[in-house]
Amino acid sequence: MENIEEMGKILLLFISIISWMVRPPLKLRLIFKQMEFVGVKSIYVVVLTGTFTGMVLALQSYYGFRMFSAESLVGSTVALSMTRELGPVLTALMVTARAGSAMAAELGTMRVTEQIDALSVMATNPVKHLIVPRVIASVIMLPILTIVSDFMGIIGGYFVGVMVLHINKGIFVKNITRYVDLGDLYNGLTKAAVFGLILSLVGCYKGFNTTGGAEGVGKATTEAVVLASITILISDYFLTAIMF
Amino acid sequence: MIELVDVHKSFGTQKVLDGLNLRIEDGKTTVIIGKSGGGKSVLLKHIIGLLKPDSGQILVNGIDITTLNDRELNEVRKNFGMLFQEAALFDSMNVGENVAFPLREHTKKKEKEIREIVDERLRAVGLPGVENKMPSELSGGMRKRVGLARALAMHPQIILYDEPTTGLDPIMTEAINDLIINTQKNFNVTCVVISHDIESIFEIGHNIAMLYDGKIVEYGTPEVIKQSDNPVLKQFLSGSLVGPISIM
Ligand SMILES: Nc1ncnc2c1ncn2[C@@H]1O[C@H](COP(=O)(O)OP(=O)(O)OP(=O)(O)O)[C@@H](O)[C@H]1O
Ligand SMILES: [Mg+2]
Repeated sequence: MENIEEMGKILLLFISIISWMVRPPLKLRLIFKQMEFVGVKSIYVVVLTGTFTGMVLALQSYYGFRMFSAESLVGSTVALSMTRELGPVLTALMVTARAGSAMAAELGTMRVTEQIDALSVMATNPVKHLIVPRVIASVIMLPILTIVSDFMGIIGGYFVGVMVLHINKGIFVKNITRYVDLGDLYNGLTKAAVFGLILSLVGCYKGFNTTGGAEGVGKATTEAVVLASITILISDYFLTAIMF
Repeated sequence: MIELVDVHKSFGTQKVLDGLNLRIEDGKTTVIIGKSGGGKSVLLKHIIGLLKPDSGQILVNGIDITTLNDRELNEVRKNFGMLFQEAALFDSMNVGENVAFPLREHTKKKEKEIREIVDERLRAVGLPGVENKMPSELSGGMRKRVGLARALAMHPQIILYDEPTTGLDPIMTEAINDLIINTQKNFNVTCVVISHDIESIFEIGHNIAMLYDGKIVEYGTPEVIKQSDNPVLKQFLSGSLVGPISIM
């Protein structure tokens, strides 16, 4: 019951975000600031997780494929897994942990210290001023970060496959281009955009509705990360079922 | 004119405002007094639509603001300035940006002009040259004064002050009282001030309202209030422990 009520409230917030988004002026400066925070400052973790995921994928699939002498498929397996699935999902989970939590904490602190009330009093709508830029920035930056993650994953896979496990370089690359098409990439990026929406919406919702001082802020932050992560993984299933 | 008509507000089972009626005259300063936790800040937040009453009307220049949507409420709020009890400065911005915020949001003033206004307002509250400090680097009293400078930045027609002088030293209290009085006189604004400081109340208030038990139990000019024999008011002004107001 409580969950359904919360879903309803998040949906209402989403509608309010849309209605403020289409009403000029859009605050570009605030959007860029959030793009820097969500995107630029996440690159390091995304590069790291992408690379190592690609590396471990190559290693695992190599041990599997070796049993029926299909080592040549390691490259395409890594590339397909990254672009369709792991790139978007891992990126979204990392950005949720980094930026989604920060959104909840920042807005939560602003709520309990009456800064959000102060915005309202100064005739500035807090949804437009605080939430719209975060949502727009997340929806734009998640696909870009996912491209970085996909790319690094394939590089990592190449490194392990070709340099460490000595799979033929030409075959490795050729099978990637043969089995992976742009559609896989696009679908993965669409997922990433949806995940960006989810993590920013949930983070802002939890922060915006914080009550109860410092403890409340901590609770809002934790709940935001848990709820956003779960929602991302569940919606991933349904998006995959629709797309592929 | 601002008028509160039969306003009720509860949080859960706790009744805070219980059929409150109050009329705030234009171009005058109305001071609201009452015990700590009695609902003064809650009352102030109703006047600017931050809280919605469970029942009752809040009329600002004849419009019941409880029926307005977000956008209409924003238009009404452009006439208001408010100082929060805890200042509520934006901690991601420095002092100068805080004071300039409403100017940048709602006016097309040039950067240079905005900087001049910010400088002038900060001087008025006795804080020249702190533009580049962050709120976290200020003392409580300094934060409050920056909040005051921000509330006055736009020259609002109605100003709500939630305990403007609490936590200030006697000299600064006097200076802020003068600022409130002068702002009120020079721009003929309507002020609502919450205060615990008995001396200040009589200095700045044209009218004084005593909030007790969710209602306004006494209202009048300082002379009337001083002579009132309402036991609640008498006890409050004398700071006595015996009387109808219990500290529990
Ligand atoms: N958002 C809220 N949720 C729940 N209860 C609240 C809320 N705001 C205020 N209250 C309760 O309403 C009562 C009145 O609070 P209010 O802040 O108006 O007191 P006050 O008269 O301003 O006191 P003080 O002089 O100490 O500032 C308090 O008991 C407080 O617990
Ligand atoms: Mg108060």
